Amino acid sequence: MSKFTFPKTILSRPVYGTLEPRTGAAHLFIADAEGAEAILDVATPDMMARAHIIFIAKGTDYEGALKALSPAIFYAGPTYSAAEPRIHKTLGDAKMGLQVYLAGTEGLMGQAMQAATLAGIPHTAIQTEHRGSTARRMQCVHCKGITEDVEVDPFQCSHCGLHLFVRDHYSRRLAAYQGVCIDAEDPGNVPPSKGIYQ
Amino acid sequence: MSGAEKIAVKVTDIVPLNELVTRFKFERVDGGLLPTFSGGAHTVVELRDGAITRLNPYSLMSDPMDQRAYTISVRRDDAGRGGSLFMHNNVRLGDELTISYPVNLFSLDLRAKKHLFIAGGIGITPFLAQIKQLELFNGNWELHYSCRSPDLGSYVDELTGRHPNEAHIYYDDQKQAIDLVRLLDGQPLGTHVYVCGPKGMIDWVRATAAAEGWPREAIHYEEFLAPKPGKPFEVKLAVSNKVIHVGEDESLLEAMEREGVDAPYLCRGGACGQCETDVIDYAGKFIHRDHWLDEAEHSSGKKIMPCVSRFEGKTLVLDR
Repeated sequence: MSKFTFPKTILSRPVYGTLEPRTGAAHLFIADAEGAEAILDVATPDMMARAHIIFIAKGTDYEGALKALSPAIFYAGPTYSAAEPRIHKTLGDAKMGLQVYLAGTEGLMGQAMQAATLAGIPHTAIQTEHRGSTARRMQCVHCKGITEDVEVDPFQCSHCGLHLFVRDHYSRRLAAYQGVCIDAEDPGNVPPSKGIYQ
Repeated sequence: MSGAEKIAVKVTDIVPLNELVTRFKFERVDGGLLPTFSGGAHTVVELRDGAITRLNPYSLMSDPMDQRAYTISVRRDDAGRGGSLFMHNNVRLGDELTISYPVNLFSLDLRAKKHLFIAGGIGITPFLAQIKQLELFNGNWELHYSCRSPDLGSYVDELTGRHPNEAHIYYDDQKQAIDLVRLLDGQPLGTHVYVCGPKGMIDWVRATAAAEGWPREAIHYEEFLAPKPGKPFEVKLAVSNKVIHVGEDESLLEAMEREGVDAPYLCRGGACGQCETDVIDYAGKFIHRDHWLDEAEHSSGKKIMPCVSRFEGKTLVLDR
């Protein structure tokens, strides 16, 4: 099962839903890994006839199942960055009536949400569904570097090496959670890391 | 005192535009500058009509950055409650009036990549100010304006003269109609649609855009409701400890004001939510007419918007 119920926390934390089919001139799906399952659950032949699926497999083998849905356009890429030019081009050419569906990890949904809102879609009009890994995309508030797929708390910034406490404080602009130095007051006193939700 | 802050103004110009619409210009009595506003804002004009004080909202149509004067355009409504007729027949050049600070319930969403305006008749007025505002920033907009006939097409010449590529006019008497589905189809992502006009037009644009998959947040509308007459009724105001009578031709809000109760308000047209009032007890039925409360609140019997809604029945007790 790829679903996880996030504990209730501060308002800043994004809340994800369950994808629902909507009426629209075109449908854009952006998903990674187990996010494919959410597409498989919501897809109808009618939607797929006007659908563009952008999928980042991250080592999973959903590609065949997604292709079998016969979307109008299917793209599979190795990473989100590899898919980014296609996402920006697709959104830039899109017309009103486009429905956007995001599924998979928080890092993917956050970045695709940022691209879609920049293109002019109100964030509340974009559907999301979390599936798979609960790892987070984190920004170090000190050096501003982004560390992808963070699973433990505290973790070490991949840029400046500080030990960072994983906050639920989220930035829609950066599509990242905030990581704050955990041993600033007492250098060297870093508690052992454990899973973010443990 | 309820409502937005007040400004004392003098009528410095009155221009009849056509058979139905007259434009009024207001400048401050003290000669000072008026506040700037944002396109889509309205002002509430106080009209002393004998013993009755009428408070009517009108969209500001002048340049939002022009602080010397405000202008409004008033369409005469012979079947209405008399506010527009009073403006047309009784307001004279040099008269002093009280107006409210501008209040905007129909502002532009400046995150939009493009603004698509749809106007019907006198619904053109907020767009005149919004267009002036957008022109300052070289904004991307397009207007589709439907009027009854060339004679009644207020500001058509000004719009088509200055903005020949953006302003599109449709005349009912020439059987011209906005092809809405085609117009909405193919608009670039990030377009917001704004509609101001008769209720039928607003409902049509909202329903069509929603059916075409436009997000709710990208559909904006403004409709001022004039309070409709209805059967007289009695209300007990628990806080003021008064029992008041609401006449056939006045709103509940107006009746409270007549009795000296300082009830909150802003738009007086069922849109802004300022006058929302809790119901303590009732036996009878509500006639809800506002756009503010949702269906569940309407059927709950716990809230009423006194600016436009009425009541029929034996008892109504309000927390006011």
